[in-house]
Amino acid sequence: MSMQPNPMQIENTLPVNHEQLLAELGRDQALDMLATMCLIRAFEEKAEDLFARGMVHGTMHLSIGQEAVAVGATRAMQQGDYLLNHHRGHGHCLAWGSDVNLMMAEFLGKETGYCRGRGGSMHIANVEANNLGANGIVGGGLPISVGVGLSIKMRRTRQVCLTVFGDGAANEGAFHEALNMASIWDLPVVYLCENNQYAMSMPVTKAFNIERISQRACAYGIPGETVDGNDVLAVYAAVRQAAERARSGQGPTLVEAVTYRWRGHSKSDRQAYRTREEVKVWQQRDPIRRFAALLGLSEEELAAYTAEAQRKVEAAVAFAQASPEPDVSTILEGVYA
Amino acid sequence: MREITYVEAIREALAQKMAEDPTVFLIGEDIGIYGGAFGATAGLIQQFGEERVIDTPISEAGIAGACIGAALTGMRPVGEIQFMDFVTLSMEQLVLQAAKIRFMFGGKAKVPFVLRMPGGSGTGAAAQHSESLENWFVHVPGLKVVMPSTPYDAKGLLIAAIEDDNPVIFVEHKLLYKIKGPVPEEMYRIPLGQSHVVREGKDLTIVATSVMVQRALQAAEQLQAEGIEAEIIDPRTLRPLDDEPIIRSVMKTGRALVVHEAVKMGGFGGEIVARIVESEAFDYLEAPVRRLAGLDIPIPYNRTLEYHAVPQVENIVEEARKLVKGAY
Ligand SMILES: Cc1ncc(C[n+]2csc(CCOP(=O)(O)OP(=O)(O)O)c2C)c(N)n1
Ligand SMILES: [Mg+2]
Repeated sequence: MSMQPNPMQIENTLPVNHEQLLAELGRDQALDMLATMCLIRAFEEKAEDLFARGMVHGTMHLSIGQEAVAVGATRAMQQGDYLLNHHRGHGHCLAWGSDVNLMMAEFLGKETGYCRGRGGSMHIANVEANNLGANGIVGGGLPISVGVGLSIKMRRTRQVCLTVFGDGAANEGAFHEALNMASIWDLPVVYLCENNQYAMSMPVTKAFNIERISQRACAYGIPGETVDGNDVLAVYAAVRQAAERARSGQGPTLVEAVTYRWRGHSKSDRQAYRTREEVKVWQQRDPIRRFAALLGLSEEELAAYTAEAQRKVEAAVAFAQASPEPDVSTILEGVYA
Repeated sequence: MREITYVEAIREALAQKMAEDPTVFLIGEDIGIYGGAFGATAGLIQQFGEERVIDTPISEAGIAGACIGAALTGMRPVGEIQFMDFVTLSMEQLVLQAAKIRFMFGGKAKVPFVLRMPGGSGTGAAAQHSESLENWFVHVPGLKVVMPSTPYDAKGLLIAAIEDDNPVIFVEHKLLYKIKGPVPEEMYRIPLGQSHVVREGKDLTIVATSVMVQRALQAAEQLQAEGIEAEIIDPRTLRPLDDEPIIRSVMKTGRALVVHEAVKMGGFGGEIVARIVESEAFDYLEAPVRRLAGLDIPIPYNRTLEYHAVPQVENIVEEARKLVKGAY
């Protein structure tokens, strides 16, 4: 019989000493991480609202409930590192330090957006900040990570590339080619698999015959770790260790962060493939509330973080709405350099 | 006659063929309980079970290969690629395996399968979810390429495609899924490789594919009000191409306009123009043959830019008017 993953039991493969991690981070930085998680939540709740009101043309993928992965992982990276993101990427992009206004403008297809309204939710990039973009193609960023890793090695810059993808992406052929190449050349890449238990309607229990996606690491001869993806410090610790390993020339690591997508896959998802009870169980494990509790914050204190995040997002909507549409006369621009 | 939508017509064709032929099965991403990203397979897993409606991991090369291997060994699979864009990940299996197996084996094998996929823009899905890549397949001997523009054609062509003994790339359009039209309840076939004169007219010939057939029809209404009678031809099957009705039509009208959504350069329109000018219709031409097609850019996210990236009704009207009024 095959080993089936049990999503309800997440055992960190690395020890997580919360007190020590909090001491290392310092309270200011820890609170800033909480604020960023609140910002992601507020941004996406707003995105959902704009959608419901018919103000967005297109689709979007919300990461509500997964904020700890984006924040924990990006905080473990250093200035100058690279990010390769995926379609459910608002969180990682915001946590990378992106400007909320420019993100919202892109979401609304405005000329002032990060991609001049050409890319939209699924393609937000900020190459100036080494954010090499979200991706509409599942697994699309994985082979690119090999080139980024190679280039870092050839330029001897000691940067690291954080490559984010979902559980579904791990079943594309590209995943295997990329991890193997990164391994044989000891490339400085952190492979972060955000296992939110589903690829659209496909549960991990049906898409894999292994207990943990991180077990695949052994096929490439690299370390593989699984962490509780709703524990921001657990994600932080695992990605920090993987990044150190990469930076010191020891090659890539596969980190699997187990979390849960609270919302549907995209705008039109009846969610017939899961129960409301299952969603409720996971909502009890809200990564924001868990971190706030760990930090000893009261309800009122947490509410203040939420309110501040919502204020920033409202300002971003105002900025985006006041921004011009792309001019049709520029439609042919930007295909070639 | 009863009216149903394009997506319902596709579902009905699948269900009727599955009920009739136990070798027909479906395979693709989220086609089971989810019912397919656009609902084409909704309810079929309940009707036919998991063994014949197979949800796969996100593995497009695997889906194409599974179709080929099963077809080679006696089954008639119908695969679904969730968006046409992702067929780029299946290309090796389709182009180097499916298309060539029969020929390389000296005609002693066959690979009868259909790979369905929705193409096209208009939903704000941006550059990686809006491709129109049909002409890539048109370039490959061994493949057939079908592109229905109405619910009626969708059902009849899909049944014929499933019964065909060759690999068939079946290109649907996201914007067509919800359009309604008359569709017989019983099974019927529209032979692959038969162009269809959708509308008769004497002043110019418009050759259009997929959603552009619908736009050309609307344009023809406006042109009629101006006294211009457009004849519209939908090839329906791009490979093999039935060019005879097109050539005959151009000999009657003396003017031809080809309209498709895919980028103009290297697009299917070039083939149509070549067929016209290589034929006896050349001597009947009263104006250059024109193409109206997607701009030379990926599909933009912004709604207005997206609208202007591909031909719309007003563009077809204007281009047809210019052709007839001697602007070229
Ligand atoms: C190559 C490819 N195949 C299919 C899709 C359609 N699609 C988009 S997201 C998705 C599910 C992805 O699942 P996962 O990798 O687990 O990420 P999640 O959405 O759960 O964050 C699918 C099937 C796609 N965008 N690209
Ligand atoms: Mg997933």
